[in-house]
Amino acid sequence: MSAISTPVREQTGLGARQPRRRRWTRLLLPGYSWLVIAYLVFPIAVMVAYSFNRVTTGLPQVSFAWNGATLKWYQEWSGIPQLTSSFWLSVRLAVATTALATVLGTLLALALVRYRPPRFRGKTAIEQVLFLNIAAPEIVLGASLLGLFVTISLARGFLTLLLAHVAFSIAYVTITVRARMAGFDRSLEEAAHDLYANGWATFRKITLPLIMPGVLAGAMMAFAISIDDFVTSNFVSGSAVPFPVWVYGVTRIGIPPQVFVFGTAIFAVGILCAAASIVVSRRQT
Amino acid sequence: MRTRRPRVRLSKVLAPYLLSLPAGLWLLVLFLVPLVTMLSLSLQSCNFGTGACVMTWHWAEFTQQLSLYHGQFLNSFYYAGAATLIDLVISFPIAYWIAFYGGRKKNFFLLMLLVPFFVSFVIRTVVWSFILSDNGVVLGTLKHAHLLPQNFHVLATGYAVIAGLAYNYLPFTALPLYVAIERIDRRMLDAAYDLYATRREAFTRVILPLTVPGLFAAFLLTFIPALGDYVNQQLLGGTNNTMIGTVIQNSFQNLDYAGGSTLSAMLLAIALIGIFAYARLLGSRTIEEYL
Repeated sequence: MSAISTPVREQTGLGARQPRRRRWTRLLLPGYSWLVIAYLVFPIAVMVAYSFNRVTTGLPQVSFAWNGATLKWYQEWSGIPQLTSSFWLSVRLAVATTALATVLGTLLALALVRYRPPRFRGKTAIEQVLFLNIAAPEIVLGASLLGLFVTISLARGFLTLLLAHVAFSIAYVTITVRARMAGFDRSLEEAAHDLYANGWATFRKITLPLIMPGVLAGAMMAFAISIDDFVTSNFVSGSAVPFPVWVYGVTRIGIPPQVFVFGTAIFAVGILCAAASIVVSRRQT
Repeated sequence: MRTRRPRVRLSKVLAPYLLSLPAGLWLLVLFLVPLVTMLSLSLQSCNFGTGACVMTWHWAEFTQQLSLYHGQFLNSFYYAGAATLIDLVISFPIAYWIAFYGGRKKNFFLLMLLVPFFVSFVIRTVVWSFILSDNGVVLGTLKHAHLLPQNFHVLATGYAVIAGLAYNYLPFTALPLYVAIERIDRRMLDAAYDLYATRREAFTRVILPLTVPGLFAAFLLTFIPALGDYVNQQLLGGTNNTMIGTVIQNSFQNLDYAGGSTLSAMLLAIALIGIFAYARLLGSRTIEEYL
């Protein structure tokens, strides 16, 4: 039908004006889209620029005005001990969170993909909890966790941070892994079983390699969410101060330029990882 | 053979529960139990000096907090709503363009949509306070060119808060919209054109109706987090445009656990109303597809 009608339309319905109008609109949408992308990238460019900004006053604070470029802050990247230690705390926290949340979330995703209500009662309830966990405003999660830790008088520190970060990462990992498992071919596992592989061997040799891209995507998600989290961390951090909480605290007294050096470094590493994962996925398909 | 069968079957029967047990327990103890604790705390009376709380079934806390802070609730609705609408308007065309014309570069453009997430949320907001500052990159230049009056300022106004929220939550709007538009069956469009629809008709009567669930999902996924946000307000706003998140944060800092919990519970209730409305109208499963 369309094969016949399209050429007919092009011959008759659309006059000589149409091609010119089309060319104009063809430029409009891409031009607009690139503007939006520029808008999204602009603050990042500003951040990178400020990491090179010279400081004229004696204080180690970024000034709004541009005073010329310097590499000083990159050379003295670890010049502020609290900043450096908060950064490494965030990295340790994100690594621990990723490890725990990826394992727990992947197991849950396996259960959700494979089993349905008659054999898996409570599946819908779990799905609703996961959704609620993602959809609830983060401040509610942070406030409620602080309420819990205060009620059971658990001292706030690395442990409470880890408990909280895993709690809000599990749902993201589960949903990411589950989405990537949608096209999973169960007959491969059955084939392994027919070839006398036991449950563990089947999982290790067949299931895990097949779901690995999803698990890696989930792990990256957990790491990214954990290292960037501010709201929940600010509630439950106590004596252990992660990087975003430290930066937020220092905004009142003046931001040292090293903050932007760290920001630029995190950005560069993140973009490289994302680009690598795009390249890898393109090569696989 | 017969003796082994029950064991194998038991482990098979238990498999879904064993797989979901660790994550389920974690979420139970560190997500659902805290929510219950929060509700219970909101009915307790707390000593502001020590932070010690006693259960008093103080239901009046809800009306008290609401009468104290309804202005901040309204601010939150106004700023989050405005930011969400701006985001929907900004991101619909780009989501449409990527979905229909992205071609082989789709992944690249999606990465560009996500690019703000590669910079720490707090740093992003701090940078916006730099950009919007009175003599910063934008206003300073415009003032220098005498395009703006010298006393013009954006920082410490509600507009700065809206700008910050709109920037920070744009990917939350653009991605669900992209998913929704991407999923449209192209044959529907072919069919519309076969039936002599103009490009505009095809857009308003085929594409737009098919993206309604995605639009609603994008709205919720942007509006709910923006509603509870206080970082943008604290770093970009002033003292007269406080949002409810700031109040909650301050309540907890001042050891007023009851007040903070009450406000959090109300915020959660608002979010839940939105989610249930979505589930009622469009089915509970579908919103997950946009995450």
